[in-house]
Amino acid sequence: MTTLYALAYLLAAVLFILGLKQLSSPRTARNGNYTAAAGMIIALAATVPQLHFTSAGAIIVLIGVIVGGGVGTIGARQVKMTAIPQMVALFNGAGGGAAALVAVAELLRFGSHPPINEALPSVFSIVIGSVSFAGSLVAFAKLQELMTGTPITYPGQQVVNGLIAAAIIGFVIAVLAIASIPFSFLSLMVLALILGVAFVLPIGGADMPVVISLLNAFTGLAVAASGFTLNNFSLIVAGTLVGASGSLLTKLMSDAMGRSLGNVLFGAFGQVRTAAGAAAGKEGRRVRTSSIEDLATLLAYSRRVIIVPGYGLAVAQAQHAVRELADLLEKKGVEVNYAIHPVAGRMPGHMNVLLAEANVPYEQLKEMDEINDDFKDADVVLVVGANDVVNPAARNTPGSPIYGMPILNADQAKNIVFMKRSMRPGFAGIDNDLLYDPKTIMLFGDAKDSLTKLVNAVKAA
Amino acid sequence: MTSELLNEFTFFVLAVFVGIEVISKVPTMLHTPLMSGTNAIHGIILVGALVIAANANSPVTVILGFLAVVLATTNVVGGFVVTDRMLEMFKGRQAATKTPEAAKTK
Repeated sequence: MTTLYALAYLLAAVLFILGLKQLSSPRTARNGNYTAAAGMIIALAATVPQLHFTSAGAIIVLIGVIVGGGVGTIGARQVKMTAIPQMVALFNGAGGGAAALVAVAELLRFGSHPPINEALPSVFSIVIGSVSFAGSLVAFAKLQELMTGTPITYPGQQVVNGLIAAAIIGFVIAVLAIASIPFSFLSLMVLALILGVAFVLPIGGADMPVVISLLNAFTGLAVAASGFTLNNFSLIVAGTLVGASGSLLTKLMSDAMGRSLGNVLFGAFGQVRTAAGAAAGKEGRRVRTSSIEDLATLLAYSRRVIIVPGYGLAVAQAQHAVRELADLLEKKGVEVNYAIHPVAGRMPGHMNVLLAEANVPYEQLKEMDEINDDFKDADVVLVVGANDVVNPAARNTPGSPIYGMPILNADQAKNIVFMKRSMRPGFAGIDNDLLYDPKTIMLFGDAKDSLTKLVNAVKAA
Repeated sequence: MTSELLNEFTFFVLAVFVGIEVISKVPTMLHTPLMSGTNAIHGIILVGALVIAANANSPVTVILGFLAVVLATTNVVGGFVVTDRMLEMFKGRQAATKTPEAAKTK
């Protein structure tokens, strides 16, 4: 029987690997998710018969699975498309928390002097799992705008974080060398939770997807460590797969933003002053606005129009309205394309998903490298709720938090129309010079509202 | 090092390489679904949560086990469902590639 269970775990591991492989190609991605889910079901099915339930154990497992399953299903089904990144953060935090609790329970079982090869992975799992749990909750709060999305920094922050980390190392040694009494590993857990919060606070909201990806990799490693404690093959392999692929994915995501991971995680330190100073200098500058009718005429008599969608489009749920406008312009003989920045919105692929929902033809969606040379031939660039991804500061202003990020060359077009709710800076919290450019026309208001008015005006034009 | 620990360590090292190799070429638009998919996979911690919950025999272990099972199940179920919702949208886009030709023939 033991052999059968071991083979089932092996099969689960193979399915996880195949699932990941399929998930990295658009054609097979959805099946990849099913493949991985099948692996999960097999691993769970092979686990349950091996357990010897106490009566209390049977009850808590039953209730726990029902509660967790209900929360997970409802959360995942009800969440709006715009809120998916923070939902992923919550689910990741749940996994990290579970890994830490499993490790605590194992340490309790071993008593005050656990063997080192059991205690070491346990404390690792407690620390990393707790950091992931608390960090994910902060990431959630930032994206859900329960707290400010701008980096939170204070003098001596690095010293404080260093002290927390040092205290954690101290308690780890205490648990391993002296005794794993509840006092020592509960303190460890609390300190790790504080470190998780302190780690994410100084990172801006726009960088949260990268942080969530990193915490996701952390949780994977915590799960793998729990696997060492429990001597469970499936936990080790699946956790490590996630830890490794998650680390690489984190690097790929920061690469897509043109930044190093170190810059994303620790870039906020010392930058607060420069950003604030730059914003102060821009007070009192004028922007140009225009009537809907004038804009409609401009659009209707253009030859080439490029639409740059951003997070504002998602918030306003304006994907259908933007498609209606594009269709109308195409009927009038205007060539319309969409320029998709790799990190437009709050997660990579966010815009593709939204515009696909509105059935925008795939061939109109152009990736940045594909379309960046076409901006200079465009008559109008219509920026719908985007900001940082067209901010020339990324090219021209060394010291700006987004300096070095590849951007869309919207500034090279003959006319630029910004649909924005206000003059507020984008998610990175920096002012955009392009808003004050003489070629730029501002159209304030909700994107869906403005687009609908524009559609009616173009019909009349 | 016991042979069991050595075996486990071998699996660990090999899994690191497989994990990196298997996703090395992923397009930007799949970054988030992939993150969400791997997020669901580390919900395998539910296996560990079941092990400690099944053995629960004191108030402390009952509480720990219950919380671990709830959190881990949320991770697994929510992770897979939300990933599927994201990827559902991509399927919609592939269907959409056919519509422009259909529209032109009208």
